[in-house]
Amino acid sequence: MLGAWSGPVLGAVEIRDRSHATCISQNKLCPGWIVDNFDRYTHPLMEHVHLVLESVVLGFLIAFALALVAHRQRWLVGPMLGLTGVLYTLPSLAVFFLLLPITGRGTTTAVIALTAYTLQIIFRNIMTGLDNVPAEARDAGQGMGLTERQLLWRVELPLALPDIIAGLRIASTSTVGLATLAVFAGAGGLGSEIIAGSNITFKTGVVAAGGLALLLALAIDVVLLLVQWLLTPWRRRARLA
Amino acid sequence: MTGIGVHAVFGFLSAFTGAFDFILHQRDSELGSVQVGGPHEVLSFVWEHVKVSAAAMAVACAVAVPAGLVLGHTGRGELLAISISNVGRAVPSLALIAFFVAYLGVGFTNVVLALVLLAIPPILTNTYVGVRQVDPEVIDASRGMGLRAAQVITRVELPLAVNNIFGGIRTSAVNVVATATIAPLAGVLTLGDFILSANVYGDDGRLAGAILVALLALTVEGLFALLQRAVTPRGLRAHTG
Repeated sequence: MLGAWSGPVLGAVEIRDRSHATCISQNKLCPGWIVDNFDRYTHPLMEHVHLVLESVVLGFLIAFALALVAHRQRWLVGPMLGLTGVLYTLPSLAVFFLLLPITGRGTTTAVIALTAYTLQIIFRNIMTGLDNVPAEARDAGQGMGLTERQLLWRVELPLALPDIIAGLRIASTSTVGLATLAVFAGAGGLGSEIIAGSNITFKTGVVAAGGLALLLALAIDVVLLLVQWLLTPWRRRARLA
Repeated sequence: MTGIGVHAVFGFLSAFTGAFDFILHQRDSELGSVQVGGPHEVLSFVWEHVKVSAAAMAVACAVAVPAGLVLGHTGRGELLAISISNVGRAVPSLALIAFFVAYLGVGFTNVVLALVLLAIPPILTNTYVGVRQVDPEVIDASRGMGLRAAQVITRVELPLAVNNIFGGIRTSAVNVVATATIAPLAGVLTLGDFILSANVYGDDGRLAGAILVALLALTVEGLFALLQRAVTPRGLRAHTG
């Protein structure tokens, strides 16, 4: 008896149209479709997160090393700004295909291009941060008998942290946007849902993928602000006082 | 080991030779039906690229510079002027173009509108910051000399902020030229078409497109750097570095 009922009951469940066929076929903005098909965005979103994190972390490591060298050898600041400036100016889309004969299609190519883009922003901010360290703080550190190395890690870099984090925020936010182009390098990411098979007229998809990219940028920004808050306890105390 | 190295270098060189041949000589398309490449087609795409970028920059400057001057002069809308560039940076250019195509359709005007939205934030924010950092005593002095509000803006604040304003314009111009690369998705045949339609132009065409887009971006950056220097009052140049 129960078996006889299963058909109609299933039919009743099917009334809820998970494909939102009418709305989608009229190419309107269909929030219900985004909710019901959200799982199709999880993989591109994770690819996107990977691209951004790898590029910004790599960019930070390289820029940090460059900045430490330039901090000691001031004459290198100009050439380094010039070199990273050129990498910053080159459009990512062009860099993807300039790298194609060397690194081929895929994540490596995208990460190299995006890393190259972040260098200037991060390098410039680290240098600004180091230059903004008050001379008194440096004098006090030297007076306490700190070596050059100790001065750098215990006085200068901590005081430069807000500027360094500011650079990381700008770099990560712009990289989230640029990483949507990684789809053209065959590296996936949210861009694959924006162009959806070179069809960029699918309104719901464009809004969903673009919106996710915006939310991701916002989320990374909040995390970096939190990191700054955690790493600079003296600023909190100063503000409370 | 050396064998692989030699092979990579050879592949790299032959890829670039092919790309330069594509720029200099017309050839059959990948499908064989039409002639592609050669100086004539390259120049027509360069022209379209420059045209769509210049139109967007003209509109963006006409909107953002006056708005930034007035906001900066009155000191109002600080939150707007600062946060607009943060939000602007997070909006993926691909999503922006796709959004305009999906909602307004393809075509020159719609691409220009999308690029205008992309170009406004850096110009507005830089103009605002440039005006705000003018020494208040200078403004007091000019008021004391009997200048009216409009004269204070045009004769004092504008010249003193011009370096910042052109810094913003330069950032936007490079951004716009880079983003105009994906304009073919919206039916405007810029240099990006060589990159995005590899099924027509082939690998040589795609690499040629990447080289040309990179050169165009560097040229624009260089020209605007010179322009920025030229319009900055001589007395302020020392600060620009």
